[in-house]
Amino acid sequence: MSEPPCFARSRSRSPDGAQRNPGGLASGWTFPGLRFAPSRLRGAAMTEVSLHRGISMQRIGAMILRYWYLLMSSWPRLLELLYWPALQVITWGFLQLYIAQNANFFARAGGTLIGAVILWDILFRGQLGFSISFLEEMWARNLGNLMMSPLKPIEFLLSLMVMSLIRLAIGVIPMTLLALFLFHFNVYALGLPLIAFFCNLIFTSWSVGIFVSGLVLRNGLGAESIVWTLMFAIMPLACIYYPVSVLPAWLQYVAWALPPTYVFEGMRALLIENTFRTDLMLDALAINAGLLIASFGAFLALLRSARKHGSLLSSGE
Amino acid sequence: MTENDKASSRPTVADRSSLAAIEVDHLVKFYKQTRAVDDISFSLPRGSITGLLGGNGAGKTTTIAMIMGLVLPTSGRVRVLGHRMPEESAAVLGRMNFESPYVDMPMRLTVRQNLTVFGKLYAVKNLSDRIAKLADDLDLTDFIDRANGKLSAGQKTRVALAKALINQPELLLLDEPTASLDPDTADWVRAHMERYRKENNATILLASHNMLEVERLCDRIIIMKRGRIEDDDAPEAIMARYNRTTLEEVFLDVARGRVNGVRQEAAR
Repeated sequence: MSEPPCFARSRSRSPDGAQRNPGGLASGWTFPGLRFAPSRLRGAAMTEVSLHRGISMQRIGAMILRYWYLLMSSWPRLLELLYWPALQVITWGFLQLYIAQNANFFARAGGTLIGAVILWDILFRGQLGFSISFLEEMWARNLGNLMMSPLKPIEFLLSLMVMSLIRLAIGVIPMTLLALFLFHFNVYALGLPLIAFFCNLIFTSWSVGIFVSGLVLRNGLGAESIVWTLMFAIMPLACIYYPVSVLPAWLQYVAWALPPTYVFEGMRALLIENTFRTDLMLDALAINAGLLIASFGAFLALLRSARKHGSLLSSGE
Repeated sequence: MTENDKASSRPTVADRSSLAAIEVDHLVKFYKQTRAVDDISFSLPRGSITGLLGGNGAGKTTTIAMIMGLVLPTSGRVRVLGHRMPEESAAVLGRMNFESPYVDMPMRLTVRQNLTVFGKLYAVKNLSDRIAKLADDLDLTDFIDRANGKLSAGQKTRVALAKALINQPELLLLDEPTASLDPDTADWVRAHMERYRKENNATILLASHNMLEVERLCDRIIIMKRGRIEDDDAPEAIMARYNRTTLEEVFLDVARGRVNGVRQEAAR
C-alpha cells in the first residue's frame, strides 16, 4: 500500500538517480508545514518535499544550541540579562512607594507603575533577546555559513523566538521575584490575564525583532542602532505609564494601532477596576497577527534585497 | 541505427544538467553601475577539481557567491547538482558546502561546539564519530575544546575546512582555502583535499591566488579578468598556449594585458 503523500517517507535517491546518503543526512517523516526527524528514523537523505516545504525541528534545535553555548560562554552577558531588569524594578518600585504614600489615587491603584515596568520589560527585553541573538551572527560574520546551510529563514526566525523566551526568562523571572520581596507586588497574582498580556507583548516584540533584523541583514551593522532604539519610539505611544485618554485625540488613533497599548490599558483596568478586558486582548491579538505576517514578509523582502546587493558577503558596516 | 535512435541516444539538456555538478550559463552581475561578472558560461563535470583564477576584483568571489545562492544574478542561469539556484537551493544546500575568508566561525564557541552545531544543521548522522574523524584527519584534536577565537590563523583555516567537510559534500566551493597557512600546513591541506575528492568523487571549485596550488590540484583552470573569462582549459594546455612554464607567468601575462602578444608569439 502506498504511503499517503502527507506522511511520505524520505527517499535516499538523488535527482540523478544515484543512491547516496551525503554526509549521512538524517531522514524524517514529513507532513505539510512541518518536518520532524526523530533519531530512530534516520538513515536516508531528505526528500525534496521536506527540504522545500518542511520545517526541521533538528535545525531549529541546532540554532538554539548554538545560542545556548554562546550565552553560557560569557558570564558578563549572562549577568547583564539580570542587571538591567533588576535596576529598573528597584528604581520604579521605590518611586511607586513614594507616590503611593503621598497620593490617594496611587494608594488605591497599587502596582500600576511597577506592573507597567515589568510588562514594558517583557516587551523591550523580548525584542532585544530576539535581536541580540541575530546580531551575534553579524558580529561573528557567521551569516554566510548559515545562509549556505540547509537552515531556512523561517527556522532561523523560530530559533530566535525561542532564544528571546529563554533570555527573557533569565532576566524577568528574578525581576518579578524582586518586586514581590521588596515591594510586595506579585505579578503572578494577576492570574490568567497575565498570560494574555505576556503573549501579546511577546508577539509584538517578535514582530519588531524580525523587522529590525531584516533591516540589519540588508544594511549591515551600520543599521545596528535601530535594534537598540526602535522600541523606544513605541514607548510614548504605547501609554505604558498613563492612559490613552491623556494623548491628543489624533494621536490616540496611532496609539490604538499598537498592540502594547491594549495590554497596558488592560493592565490598568485589571489593577484599578478589577476588570479583565477580553475585548482589548482580542483586538491586540488580531493586530499582532497582522504585524507578525507583515514583519515576516518584510524580512523575506529585505533578505532578497540583501542577496541582490551582495550584502550577505559583506555584513560589516 | 536510425536517425531517431541516434537522436535519442544523445544526451538531452536534462541529462547534461544531471551530469554536470555546476552549470553556469551567460551569468551577469551588476552592482549598481559596476559590472562584477560579465556574461560567463562554463560547466563543471562531477568529480573534477577546477581552479578559478584572477586578480582582485576579477569576479571570482561574486561568481562563487552566485553559485552558492548568496548573491542573485542580474541575468543568466546557475544549476548546481541539477537544480536551479537559488530557486531550488533547498534541494542542494545539504549536499554542498563552502569555505571562504568572508565568513568566520563563531569565536566564543569551541571547535567541538561549532562543529556540533553545523553537523546538526546539516543533519549529519553519527555526528560525534564524524567530528572525531575530522579532528583526526585535520589534526584538530589538540585544540578541539578551545574557543575558536583563541586559535591561530592556520588552526582557524583547518577548522573552517572541517566545517566545510562536515556533511561530506558532493560539491565543495573553496575561496582561498590555504591563504593564511604556512607552506607545510598548506601542502598538507592540499593533500587532504585531493584525497577527499578521490575517495568521495566530489567536485571542487577552488578560487585561489596560489598558482602552485592550482597547478598541483586542478585538472582545469578558468582565468577571469574584469568579470569575464579570459581562458578556460587544462593547466598544461594553457601554459603551452601562452608559451610559459608556470601558471604564475600566465597569470602575470593576463593581469598585465600581455595576452594577445604572448599568444601570437607562442603561435609563431
